[in-house]
Amino acid sequence: MSTTSRPAVPEVSAFDRALTSMDPASRQMAQRGRDLGLEMVWDRYQAQQPQCGFGSLGLCCTVCNLGPCRIDPFGQGPRQGVCGATAEVIAARNLLRAAAAGSACHSDHGRHMAHALKEVAEGGATAYRISSVERLSKVAREYGVAVDGRPKEKIALELAEKMLAEFGRQEGDGVLAARAPRKQQEIWKKHGITPRGIDHEVVEGIAKTHMGVDNDAANLLKSAMRVGLADGWGGSMIATDVSDILFGAPEPVRGRVNLGVLKEREVNIVVHGHVPLLSEVIVAATREPELISLAKEKGAEGINLAGICCTANEILMRRGIPIAGSFLQQELALATGVVDAMVVDVQCIMPALGQIASCFHTKLISTDPRAKFPGMEHIELVEKDALPIARTIVRRAVENFPNRNGARKLIPSETMDLVAGFTTENVFYNLGGRFRATYRPLNDAIMAGRIRGVAGVVGCDNPKNKSGGSHVEMVKELIRNDVLVVQTGCSAIACAKAGLLKPEAALEYAGRGLREVCEAVGIPPVLHTGSCVDNTRILTACVEMVREGGIGTGIDELPVAGAAPEWYSEKAIAIGWYVVASGIFTVFGTPLRVHGSPAVEKYVTEELAGMVGGAWAFEPDPVQGARLMIEHINRKREALKLAPMMYQ
Amino acid sequence: MNGMLSIDVSRCVSCKTCELECAIAHSEAGTLFAILAAGEKAQRRIVVEPAGQLSVPLQCRHCEDAPCVAVCPTQAMHRNGQDFPVLVDDARCIGCHACIAVCPFGVISKSRMGKAVVKCDLCVRRLAQGQQPACAAGCPTHAIRYTTPEEVAREARRRSAESFLVAVERGSTR
Repeated sequence: MSTTSRPAVPEVSAFDRALTSMDPASRQMAQRGRDLGLEMVWDRYQAQQPQCGFGSLGLCCTVCNLGPCRIDPFGQGPRQGVCGATAEVIAARNLLRAAAAGSACHSDHGRHMAHALKEVAEGGATAYRISSVERLSKVAREYGVAVDGRPKEKIALELAEKMLAEFGRQEGDGVLAARAPRKQQEIWKKHGITPRGIDHEVVEGIAKTHMGVDNDAANLLKSAMRVGLADGWGGSMIATDVSDILFGAPEPVRGRVNLGVLKEREVNIVVHGHVPLLSEVIVAATREPELISLAKEKGAEGINLAGICCTANEILMRRGIPIAGSFLQQELALATGVVDAMVVDVQCIMPALGQIASCFHTKLISTDPRAKFPGMEHIELVEKDALPIARTIVRRAVENFPNRNGARKLIPSETMDLVAGFTTENVFYNLGGRFRATYRPLNDAIMAGRIRGVAGVVGCDNPKNKSGGSHVEMVKELIRNDVLVVQTGCSAIACAKAGLLKPEAALEYAGRGLREVCEAVGIPPVLHTGSCVDNTRILTACVEMVREGGIGTGIDELPVAGAAPEWYSEKAIAIGWYVVASGIFTVFGTPLRVHGSPAVEKYVTEELAGMVGGAWAFEPDPVQGARLMIEHINRKREALKLAPMMYQ
Repeated sequence: MNGMLSIDVSRCVSCKTCELECAIAHSEAGTLFAILAAGEKAQRRIVVEPAGQLSVPLQCRHCEDAPCVAVCPTQAMHRNGQDFPVLVDDARCIGCHACIAVCPFGVISKSRMGKAVVKCDLCVRRLAQGQQPACAAGCPTHAIRYTTPEEVAREARRRSAESFLVAVERGSTR
């Protein structure tokens, strides 16, 4: 018998794979969910196998009603859509659409924050206040707002209006693009990708993907860069700036993470989503004596607040509120049976939550007019009445406490300590000491070969990969090789659970050079810099490294690299684009959907490097991914003629 | 071995996942991305054929009195016994394409690698490992199922009996 047939390998289910790679608390709760008969993300992933090959390769086009069309990747079937679009055009259009959706998501978050700043400045949203005048003044100057001698409300109002104008800007370049090093600005200008109005880029990007508009893959991909840059040096950056102004610039803070932060004897409220306008007022409401005494009346010992996803990162960074878990732990948190209310706003909230919650007493509450869920109670957060609304939400949770089903409760014991709260600004102090507020020590440590370079490891967790485990493996490999790691989002949560965000982690996991720096300065080898919009902190930290001098005249020359080893969302695609277009080599754990078009694949993995300095690499193995980043950093060190590593 | 692929055309949504999964299962590289990386000319043994409003996944029926086996001058097209699938022995095939000419379903193709012909082998290696044929395993709507002729007949009888019952009940209430 001679027909070729690939030897069949027994496949490991996504669930079993997750059990071998997740943290112990997640393992325990995933098993618990299975015992209770819950259908969870791993089961749904398995049910989707095999996932559509045309879609995975970017070869499925649903843009117009001549289609839907798909291109045969093996060259036997159709090579063009009905309109004549080739694999190149279809893959590029799809990628641009995804980037535009991601950029839209972050930027809408930024707009929401800017609106809130305006309301606060006008005296309307009394639950919030201008917490950081220093940050307000610094940002206001960048927008050309007069600062000296003016009341903070006046400054904030003018700034908020100018920020909002950035979204609808019809002419000229975006204000925040000017934060980038001159070299990046020149590169963007040369290729015609300097971000303009934030909404303009998203709208133009989508317009270009309509049938019969842009039919040149390279020109479409340039727009993907521009739409990404409008996020990183636009919408997301505004979100971070306003959050710092309203809620205070983070300072290093101790916290705890993992499902064990849920408490058996207290009312557990879990906030889940992204925009801190909700979570911040919930924090305030849970601390009100009246609600705490109501909780005691209901038989609880108090009110315990914890977070999931990036809203958790926001209130961890500024308030030290514990994190219950990452994206993939949202269902597991419900499976504990002790979440009295899960309060959600926008982004990354699984539609499955309603089904899982229906097996428990948990009350799900949606709060944002953009995001409604069948079966969830909707209590809309209106900024001007934020505190009374937050009180109502907390009251709902407290009143739900007596409805817990004792037989269905199970809280894993695991928690882990961590330090978070690092920013572009406060790293000055951590690295330079209070009297040397400068990036000089970081640049010196890199130049001397004590620190090899800096890596940003960010993004989601995904059942396709190791359900969070990839982050831990990648980051361990990086710090072992003296690469200082900065993190955001669910990647930071994954590494926090593994103990990598404790200062002691330097002793256990870091290479000798990095360990010396961490010990001298008193920082962990892995710095948590916030939520996914706070990836902009990583951009501005790169700007400071360039400004300090000695390790390159542009971000593209710095010995740095980026990674999203378990990315899943369109937001990650937008982030990837702005990081790459800012000159940073970036490893994704699973590929962008480009492999159906060799030309598009070559563009994103090779040609971009010649244009903007950054490019993508796709590597599913997290340790191999780390090796790619280390090799890239080594090449940059060589190009800069830096000293050999101190302790090879 | 007495399996067969049963097709429910009413469930086929023309997604062509079966075509991709078939080509991948019979490739050297083994995965979608590896095939593209290697530039391998992977080849499907199943084709989703449009027929009016419907789409019909077509592959070798492994006929009992198979014209392709009968016509093959070198016995390259063969069957290892009753109830076994019809297979091609590449080493014996001289590429005369007589089998392609006589196949009533048009499901034998020239090899893209310039070697012999290719056709559905019922994924015999996957079956030996306890797995379903790739097309059936991959079909998201279960339009393609790996089953037995007896089971197909049994299901048809059950449906027939149920409709008979409905007719009798209607008659009795008249």
